[in-house]
Amino acid sequence: MRSAGRPGPAPYLARLSAAQGPGGGAMMRFMLLFSRQGKLRLQKWYLATSDKEKKKMVRELMQVVLARKPKMCSFLEWRDLKVVYKRYASLYFCCAIEGQDNELITLELIHRYVELLDKYFGSVCELDIIFNFEKAYFILDEFLMGGEIQDTSKKSVLKAIEQADLLQEEDESPRSVLEEMGLA
Amino acid sequence: MAEATQHQQWTGEWLPGMACSCLLHWFPLGKSKEAEIKRINKELANIRSKFKGDKALDGYSKKKYVCKLLFIFLLGHDIDFGHMEAVNLLSSNRYTEKQIGYLFISVLVNSNSELIRLINNAIKNDLASRNPTFMGLALHCIANVGSREMAEAFAGEIPKILVAGDTMDSVKQSAALCLLRLYRTSPDFVPMGDWTSRVVHLLNDQHLGVVTAATSLITTLAQKNPEEFKTSVSLAVSRLSRIVTSASTDLQDYTYYFVPAPWLSVKLLRLLQCYPPPEDAAVRGRLTECLETILNKAQEPPKSKKVQHSNAKNAVLFEAISLIIHHDSEPNLLVRACNQLGQFLQHRETNLRYLALESMCTLASSEFSHEAVKTHIETVINALKTERDVSVRQRAVDLLYAMCDRSNAQQIVAEMLNYLETADYSIREEIVLKVAILAEKYAVDYTWYVDTILNLIRIAGDYVSEEVWYRVIQIVINRDDVQGYAAKTVFEALQAPACHENLVKVGGYILGEFGNLIAGDPRSSPLIQFNLLHSKFHLCSVPTRALLLSTYIKFVNLFPEIKTTIQDVLRSDSQLKNADVELQQRAVEYLRLSTIASTDILATVLEEMPPFPERESSILAKLKKKKGPGTVTDLEDIKKERNSDMNGGTESTPVNASTASTPSPSADLLGLGAAPVTSSAPPPSSTGSLLVDVFSDSASVVAPLAPGSEDNFARFVCKNNGVLFENQLLQIGLKSEFRQNLGRMFIFYGNKTSTQFLNFTPTLICSDELKSSLNLQTKPVDPTVEGGAQVQQVVNIECISDFMEAPILNIQFRYGGTFQNISVKLPITLNKFFQPTEMASQDFFQRWKQLSNPQQEMQNIFKAKHPMDTEITKAKIIGFGSALLEEVDPNPANFVGAGIIHTKTTQIGCLLRLEPNLQAQMYRLTLRTSKETVSQRLCELLSEQF
Repeated sequence: MRSAGRPGPAPYLARLSAAQGPGGGAMMRFMLLFSRQGKLRLQKWYLATSDKEKKKMVRELMQVVLARKPKMCSFLEWRDLKVVYKRYASLYFCCAIEGQDNELITLELIHRYVELLDKYFGSVCELDIIFNFEKAYFILDEFLMGGEIQDTSKKSVLKAIEQADLLQEEDESPRSVLEEMGLA
Repeated sequence: MAEATQHQQWTGEWLPGMACSCLLHWFPLGKSKEAEIKRINKELANIRSKFKGDKALDGYSKKKYVCKLLFIFLLGHDIDFGHMEAVNLLSSNRYTEKQIGYLFISVLVNSNSELIRLINNAIKNDLASRNPTFMGLALHCIANVGSREMAEAFAGEIPKILVAGDTMDSVKQSAALCLLRLYRTSPDFVPMGDWTSRVVHLLNDQHLGVVTAATSLITTLAQKNPEEFKTSVSLAVSRLSRIVTSASTDLQDYTYYFVPAPWLSVKLLRLLQCYPPPEDAAVRGRLTECLETILNKAQEPPKSKKVQHSNAKNAVLFEAISLIIHHDSEPNLLVRACNQLGQFLQHRETNLRYLALESMCTLASSEFSHEAVKTHIETVINALKTERDVSVRQRAVDLLYAMCDRSNAQQIVAEMLNYLETADYSIREEIVLKVAILAEKYAVDYTWYVDTILNLIRIAGDYVSEEVWYRVIQIVINRDDVQGYAAKTVFEALQAPACHENLVKVGGYILGEFGNLIAGDPRSSPLIQFNLLHSKFHLCSVPTRALLLSTYIKFVNLFPEIKTTIQDVLRSDSQLKNADVELQQRAVEYLRLSTIASTDILATVLEEMPPFPERESSILAKLKKKKGPGTVTDLEDIKKERNSDMNGGTESTPVNASTASTPSPSADLLGLGAAPVTSSAPPPSSTGSLLVDVFSDSASVVAPLAPGSEDNFARFVCKNNGVLFENQLLQIGLKSEFRQNLGRMFIFYGNKTSTQFLNFTPTLICSDELKSSLNLQTKPVDPTVEGGAQVQQVVNIECISDFMEAPILNIQFRYGGTFQNISVKLPITLNKFFQPTEMASQDFFQRWKQLSNPQQEMQNIFKAKHPMDTEITKAKIIGFGSALLEEVDPNPANFVGAGIIHTKTTQIGCLLRLEPNLQAQMYRLTLRTSKETVSQRLCELLSEQF
């Protein structure tokens, strides 16, 4: 018997073929941090994307995620990607991964990043990320590279950041760049 | 400032950010958008003037301003300057200046080639600095930008850093991931070499961070070069074994909430999914032990109540299940996996329920676990009814679809219909399609099928696409056991005061054909049927009304007793003077037909539709989609005439396939357009313009290899006969046949003018490479072609080995005073030497797995260029030469095929799989053959067809 009309899209296609041999497709595409008010606080893209496309994707994805209710599941299908997100106080941490990537480990990757921020800033809040954005990026870079986890040890990552901070203090007087900006 | 107080702590005590307070002066948080923009524009002007100023800025100020630009950019404003200053910072010796420079480049890089050169220079210096911090920054920058220019500059250097004995661990980690990033975008720049074996041994490294990074790299490299990295399997298994058997504290900082190295475990399990089950029995046994241990751990009480603990543990478990499904060889493990997922289906964590539903979908396709999955049907149906999250319900729909077979189809379809009433708008169309597919696939009793589709239209009429309702009509027409029932059911459904227009269409069509089967019942007498349909008429769109008019004329034939009533309706001003030309014309013609034609003629013209052919001609459908409905028949006729002229009337190309009885995407399902008496041919002017269309399509195809030639070439990949080229002077037709590795092609050259062609010389041109794999033999043709005449040339073809290119046919001749020179690609393609092979599902997947070496696989993901129609796709796959295997793929939406390419030297087995994604309008095509070049070529050829 033939099937009627058009075939239905099958979102589990990717999983299906994962079972039969991965042909690629298991990396993080990008990570976004945005506030409940829909303000983007940090963005990291692991695949070259045009600025226009980035803006479109950010807008679209924020809308989808912000519309979701608290007890809903942390994963959703979006375009051809899987989105894993978690809310910490006022901030949403949101990762887009490919079809064969592991959702739960991505969720914990978000948590580990939050722990790193927390440890570094000492009870991190959204404002820390706004005004020490460069630190948030540096910590993320030490943790993830090219969309893959570089080191899962909290100690290793923080050691790298602390070393960099030491270098900074050797470099110049202790006032931070951002304090300087405040005085501008 | 109000916003600041809203911020709460995330994980610890609330502490106001210390550095922030003074910044709040600088950046007016919480003020209006206008105030923000004003402030920022002022600041940008200030920075611009500093950068342009005469006084050279010191490094510190430069850094400060570059940092401000970044800040402004990250607030969402565009930045179009400062790149040069950032690049300058890269060469600073001060760490912080360098760091901000690199950050700016990473976030705001553009493809300005001049800058890339400067950036690369700075990176080169830092890589050579032997300062691990600087090397780290440089590697991060390469990974962040990842452009081809960077790959070209550094892909050779990074492997050396990675495997050098004195490289620090942290740099090794960065180097591994940096290389991975470059390999993803520019694999051609990353040379395989001695370093690969040393990279594999990083799996044994003492530093778990290094092992983690190396595993990511190896996984990606192994997908494309499995042979080169084969030794990684046993190393990965022993590493994994050491992790899963370690106590939760052994791995110190790599233990995450009492789970030992979860990230590394997941990565190792993923690496193992690049390979079939290990051949070495010891390794295989050890892996099975690992997987069993992971499954056992899932049953142990948790070591912590924190969600992080269970997430990390389950992340490893799900990845292990993926590997078990991938190997698909241990029934015991598969069933255990299924039971584990069954437990998760009822877990209180939404995330776990979601993942369990998703993972079970793949288990449903394994023969070992399909039955085990089916036992959870009640839970899944319950999930569909009670889950509050639409994305979880979506997974439940997918799983029901995947577990559906003959034994549970009625229940599943009923539940899906039930759910459809309340389903999210976003997923309705998908559910409609799934229901339609399942209902047809598993229909034993076609009355059930008809009921199901009518229910679909009733519940979600807007989401029922044309294909679905065309299909129900095709089935009713082809199966006489269901016609009476269908007529009765649509008649009843039409009684509803408000019914969907799609129902009116289906009802109109079916009553027009089979209304007589229920006319004996006084409750559905001819007049009642007619009045019922006509009561909907005025609420319908033009195409539906056109269809109803056709139903009325069919009624004239079926029920002579209501002829006058119908004639009155046709004669009314609202029909005869309708503003819509199509409706007006139909009314006029049908009225005339009903008045002048004798009963016999009426009966002949309006006879019941013949059964639909099982397969629609692909070329016809393609043309229809291209040219739009209505014009198709005419265009076909023109082509038909030409073809038969050319080939002495013996032509039997698919073009001729029953035009009249093929469903056309117009509302004219009755196909009356083709009936001779109704003469609904378009006015002459439109025929004229059609001819022009036909000419202009190829008029520009003049040597050397004109545009459009590629398109014509592509059209012949899935068929053997037809017109290859045509302009005002010359028409070239082809007719060919192939058997095993031999073929014969007849080329017909038609002189369309009334003047002679002189010095007519067609030449076949093959490159040297092609000559060695394809042997073509032909004789020269008569150099004079009379006006209106046709000459024929025979080409004998022998395929010696597989080949990529196509021969070129060059034709030179003199027409009047001018020299003509035309080149076209001759469609002799590798797939012509296909022999279809039928095989059962089990054989197919066994072979599929045997061809799991990534070099044997070629995959292409592409956008649909034509409307996605199952029947056309099937016809194309068959035309391509492979067998179309039904009921092989667990997902009925997919197409799989198999065949053997015959060449003189060897035979190559080929498997193909085409997965449509309707939502994205994309296809994924996968070819697996025993030869890399064959996979590649077949994939190329077939990708162009959809």
